[in-house]
Amino acid sequence: MLGLKKTDTTLFLVVMGLTLLAPFILNPFPVESGMAQFNAGYPDLMQRFVIFGIFAIGFNILFGLTGYLSFGHAAFLGVGSYAAIWSLKLFALDVVPAIVFAILVAGAFAMLVGFISLRRSGIYFSILTLAFAQMSYALAYSVLTPLTGGETGLQIKNTDSPLLSNVPEGEIGRASFLGLDMGASQELVLGGWAFTFNLGYYIAAVAMLIAFYLSIRIFRSPFGMMLRAVKSNQQRMNYTGLSPKPYTLAAFVISGMYAGLAGGLMVAMDTQVGPERMFWTASGEVVIMTVLGGAGTLLGPVLGAGFIKYFENIISKINKDILHQWFAVLPDGFEDVMVSLVYPFVGKGWHLTLGIMFMLVIIFLPGGLLQGGQKILGLFRRKPQPSAAAEADGTKPAE
Amino acid sequence: MGILEVSGVNKRFGGLQALGDVNLSIQEQSVHAIIGPNGAGKSTLLNCLVGKLIPDSGSVMFDGQSVLGRKPHEINQMGISRVFQTPEIFGDLTVLENMLIPVFANRDGAFRMHAIESVFSESSVIERAREMLAEVRMSDKVEMLASSLSRGDKRRLEMAMCLVQKPKLLLLDEPTAGMARADTENTIALLNEIRNRRGVTMAIIEHDMNVVFSLADRITVLAQGTPLVEDTPDNIKGHPKVREAYLGEAQV
Ligand SMILES: Nc1ncnc2c1ncn2[C@@H]1O[C@H](COP(=O)(O)OP(=O)(O)O)[C@@H](O)[C@H]1O
Ligand SMILES: [Mg+2]
Repeated sequence: MLGLKKTDTTLFLVVMGLTLLAPFILNPFPVESGMAQFNAGYPDLMQRFVIFGIFAIGFNILFGLTGYLSFGHAAFLGVGSYAAIWSLKLFALDVVPAIVFAILVAGAFAMLVGFISLRRSGIYFSILTLAFAQMSYALAYSVLTPLTGGETGLQIKNTDSPLLSNVPEGEIGRASFLGLDMGASQELVLGGWAFTFNLGYYIAAVAMLIAFYLSIRIFRSPFGMMLRAVKSNQQRMNYTGLSPKPYTLAAFVISGMYAGLAGGLMVAMDTQVGPERMFWTASGEVVIMTVLGGAGTLLGPVLGAGFIKYFENIISKINKDILHQWFAVLPDGFEDVMVSLVYPFVGKGWHLTLGIMFMLVIIFLPGGLLQGGQKILGLFRRKPQPSAAAEADGTKPAE
Repeated sequence: MGILEVSGVNKRFGGLQALGDVNLSIQEQSVHAIIGPNGAGKSTLLNCLVGKLIPDSGSVMFDGQSVLGRKPHEINQMGISRVFQTPEIFGDLTVLENMLIPVFANRDGAFRMHAIESVFSESSVIERAREMLAEVRMSDKVEMLASSLSRGDKRRLEMAMCLVQKPKLLLLDEPTAGMARADTENTIALLNEIRNRRGVTMAIIEHDMNVVFSLADRITVLAQGTPLVEDTPDNIKGHPKVREAYLGEAQV
């Protein structure tokens, strides 16, 4: 089905189901319950899950398949965002042209950066991409202010009147899809539960499903196989009559376009952008997402992105009061001890938990969280060999 | 005119003359061995043929065209395939995938972006890869990761990857170096088989003359970067100049 093999079709349908039903799945706790703060089914966070999912899926096409570790992918995310906001400001308030424009501009920029950076490999390649991204960040902050709005960034203003949209005099235009406001939401209350269906989320979700589907096709294509060959042995490739450079450049541009799509969607959801989106920590984040989830696997990057965004937004909100509530059943002194033991790992300390988890994964699960999940499933299925579980994803983890 | 014509090739590394005025002609359908003691310049010569090194002077003509200044992948596309001293294969890919890549390279050239269609819809490519694997008796190993193969199977796979491209010239750099006796004999047998069945033109670089004795139609002896003699194996064996070149070496 869909031109995919059976296991891939299953994987795609499962991801589709989870994505489309996310407003339910991510809100398992009733609104009034003490656990409600663990609900992640609100539009803003759900949008981030899928947008960063796209970013990581694209990054994985480059890093997971060819092994070229770009440390500057946030530059393409940022460039895509700037392109999208200009489209909203000047061309039309509809998000579709903005997103298309974001993809194209990011792709063109990736072509330039890739062409130069891919002259080297290994650590030198990584440093070149990092240098490009930091340069973009610094330029967006300073010299390019007319294009980027400098430190304050760009927003839609009441003076903007896009070519194709009618904005009443003095009003601030809002991003829309076929005339529907991107912020439009529908609330569904079922007993103690509340679920929100947001247009913006569903547009981003469909974009992610398309991005995911294309990545499956790329992974299974002769092109994808050549990318894995690049990673495995460039010498043999050369002596087999193949030129690795156009393959790596194509992968680089494709992953840059994925980043541009993610950047465009960010602007479509929240019509503003600033240079910090291109800062090197943002480039590092997508590396961590991909490696944490499982580089070189289909599902891993999405999983990693979801995991990190969940930590960043949910675990980081746990404060001392909440901990005291949790441990309230314990005797007083013991309660304080528990709270002070747990506290460093939650709230603002979420980075510590994530860091420890990242280290554990790197050391014990080189195939990422996905490999961990497969190992656990494997135990249940009484199939001790890991390769059997790997079939579920159909792809060997990178390294 | 041979399929490969090397004339007047010189190559210096700093003060060292690695190749000095090398002339060599390899005839189509023949097996030509190039032997010589360590440091004679055999690998340097081979690297000049495949685009890894560019000679300081001289010409290398293959099939009527100069190879000089071309990149390794372009030279491969002209019809030269190379087997390395230690097998160079795609360790992270399966045996079948290893075999598919040269078939794609033959069909599609140095770069083509088939990014959407599935590998498994390419039935003619797969069929050709499987046929070649059957020919080298590796059909039972198609799904194995290439890095998990035994050393002998890796060599076998690498040769099959070269042969499936139907090269006009197959270059082999010390294909038995570092191998145990049994593996050496297996490799020689495989080469003999390839030669008899397919009539591939081969140039074999060897340190140990006994390896190529049964295989070669002609042997060139290289010493200190210069060809000493070129003759049939029988004539080479007793040649005084050859003894001299190998003086102190146990292999002769
Ligand atoms: N890249 C290089 N730089 C400097 N010297 C080299 C290089 N490659 C080979 N040589 C020297 O050239 C000579 C011939 O080497 P080589 O062609 O590897 O010999 P063989 O393969 O016959 O053993 C040796 O003296 C070697 O040290
Ligand atoms: Mg050598």
